[in-house]
Amino acid sequence: MRTGDVIKSAVQNTFRSKLRTSLTVIAIFIGAFTLTITSAIGAGVSDYIDSQLGAIGAEGVLSVTLAPEDQLAADDGPAPYDPDKATTGSGFPGGAPPGLGGGALSAADITAIENTDGVQSVEPTVLVSADFIQTAGSDRFELSLNPVSAATVPDLAAGEPLSATDESEILLPDSYLDALGFTDAEDAIAAAVEIGATDAVGEQHTVDATIVGVQNASLIGLGASINQHLTDALVEIQGIGRTVEAPVGYIAAVAHIDPAATPEQVDAIKTDLADQGFQAQTTADQIGAFQAVVGGIIGVLNAFAVIALIAAGFGIVNTLLMSVQERTREIGLMKAMGMGSGKVFGLFSAEAVFIGFLGSAIGAGVAILAGTGISAALSGSVLSSLPGLQIMLFEPTSIITVILVVMAIAFVAGTLPARRAALQNPIDALRYE
Amino acid sequence: MESVVLDAVDIHKSYGTGAGRFDALKGVSLRVAEGESVAIVGKSGSGKSTLMHILALLDEPDEGTITVDGADAAKLRGRDVNRLRNRDFGFVFQQFFLIPNASVLENVVLPLKIAGVGAKERSERGMAALRALELDDKAKNKATNLSGGQKQRVVIARALVNNPKVIFADEPTGNLDTATGQVVEDILFGLNRDSGITLIIVTHDTELAARCDRQIYLRDGLETDVAPPANLHGALPAGSVLPGADTGGTIEGVTA
Repeated sequence: MRTGDVIKSAVQNTFRSKLRTSLTVIAIFIGAFTLTITSAIGAGVSDYIDSQLGAIGAEGVLSVTLAPEDQLAADDGPAPYDPDKATTGSGFPGGAPPGLGGGALSAADITAIENTDGVQSVEPTVLVSADFIQTAGSDRFELSLNPVSAATVPDLAAGEPLSATDESEILLPDSYLDALGFTDAEDAIAAAVEIGATDAVGEQHTVDATIVGVQNASLIGLGASINQHLTDALVEIQGIGRTVEAPVGYIAAVAHIDPAATPEQVDAIKTDLADQGFQAQTTADQIGAFQAVVGGIIGVLNAFAVIALIAAGFGIVNTLLMSVQERTREIGLMKAMGMGSGKVFGLFSAEAVFIGFLGSAIGAGVAILAGTGISAALSGSVLSSLPGLQIMLFEPTSIITVILVVMAIAFVAGTLPARRAALQNPIDALRYE
Repeated sequence: MESVVLDAVDIHKSYGTGAGRFDALKGVSLRVAEGESVAIVGKSGSGKSTLMHILALLDEPDEGTITVDGADAAKLRGRDVNRLRNRDFGFVFQQFFLIPNASVLENVVLPLKIAGVGAKERSERGMAALRALELDDKAKNKATNLSGGQKQRVVIARALVNNPKVIFADEPTGNLDTATGQVVEDILFGLNRDSGITLIIVTHDTELAARCDRQIYLRDGLETDVAPPANLHGALPAGSVLPGADTGGTIEGVTA
């Protein structure tokens, strides 16, 4: 018997007892539907985290800080106060609190990082602050700035990412749109804004900047991203009138490495930096904790779906055992006519796999339809405060994986009845009443 | 001398062990020449169905040898036995064994499907077999919607479709009334006469047995030279419907 005929016969046999087949298919449908939905939620949420925290495209970027002196501090409770430690590392431009993180990176540290193998360039993170933002004719609004613009890839509602030009550029958070008098995100692109900053003696200055993009609201409010030119301009304003030369130090630095670097190469660079007393993290490291939590929750949900599928697997066993029982004579006849045991096994296995395919394909299809609708409804209502969140993301690979997993479970379930059919003796089967 | 298709020598077969042991065959030999028609006759429990199963390589004897076309069946591998049954043997059963929801044509081409013949050739050869039995107009019908005689003609078409050398018929008229039984008999003997297909018929019906070239009488697992007394076995008209026949089983059909 040709393989094609085996599969075709199996498919036809599936539809012989329509009620029984449909009941089994419903059981599988429930499992496959749940599994598709849960994996879509997992994909949707982690995609959201990725877009919020800028993992996509932020390849080749390490954020480097001084390694904490006591790695166990977090586990040992609060660290005892050390007056010497508190004073070292103070004096960031922009005035970050002393003792933040492991301490400040000095200019020498920056050079050391730059000289590390595999690091292409280093941008010290400068904490600058702005007082307000305004457009022509609008009120002034407070503005906080994202200190690590270079290390994140923004999730843009409109426009383009920052560029390293000689123009001052800003990415405006979308919450500013209404306040600044823009009708929508597109309307804000290329608009001129004025940013106010205070110098060392308390006098206010303004710089002009252009909005190049609008950022979706983020889970972690990092503030507006600005390009290097605007950062420099603000630093310059803040330095006006400063009489005491504060020690230069940076809270962190962004090290650029080859974006095509393999994980092993990245690890080597991180180890190299760690040996010099720095802590380097890729964007993936930084968002790993979020992802681990989400992954854990989704894993539990998936486990429930798999339990449903295993229950459905017993449904398949039951269905096919009845089928083998009913078709005992037919099996005997086919064996008498020279059909090998292997083909009989294949015939019933294929039937099991087809039932699995039916249930999982329908389940996944309905899940996509329902999920897309629910997702759209939710993002317009309950989740409207989280723009850009597509709660369910249906990825072709995960859907195909779900279908294949269900078919594999169905095959395993089908082996018991199929084996029983294959081992039947033709004479006993023909005599069977 | 005609060539020998099947040669069975000193066949023993028993079922069960200990006190429940039942010796179905106690040393039966049979040689079937090509183109012959042989009737295996006996009453219930005589071992005639067991002998047919062993001749058709559906069962293996405990002792004795079966030679098919000069090859020792015991030495054939399972795959070769399957191919031999598929290619050289056709089966006609009293209970028809038609697949209920499949069409007549699908039922007829089952042996070809098992042989791996392509779909187009299958349906051509299937239709040819149905035409030979004047059933080509029923090709699309469900097998269950046919009368008993039509069903048995479908079964014969199925047995014929792979151009077998031997047709094994187990009580071929047992489920049919006299008139249709007669038609089925005529078809079988016509095939034997015109196409040279060897016929091996298992029956308790002495009239049907009498139409064969040769009769093998079995009693308690041994061959006897004497026909069973007519008043015991010949009393029933040929092909008369026996109790339980409508459920697919007869007094003889369900036992060895």
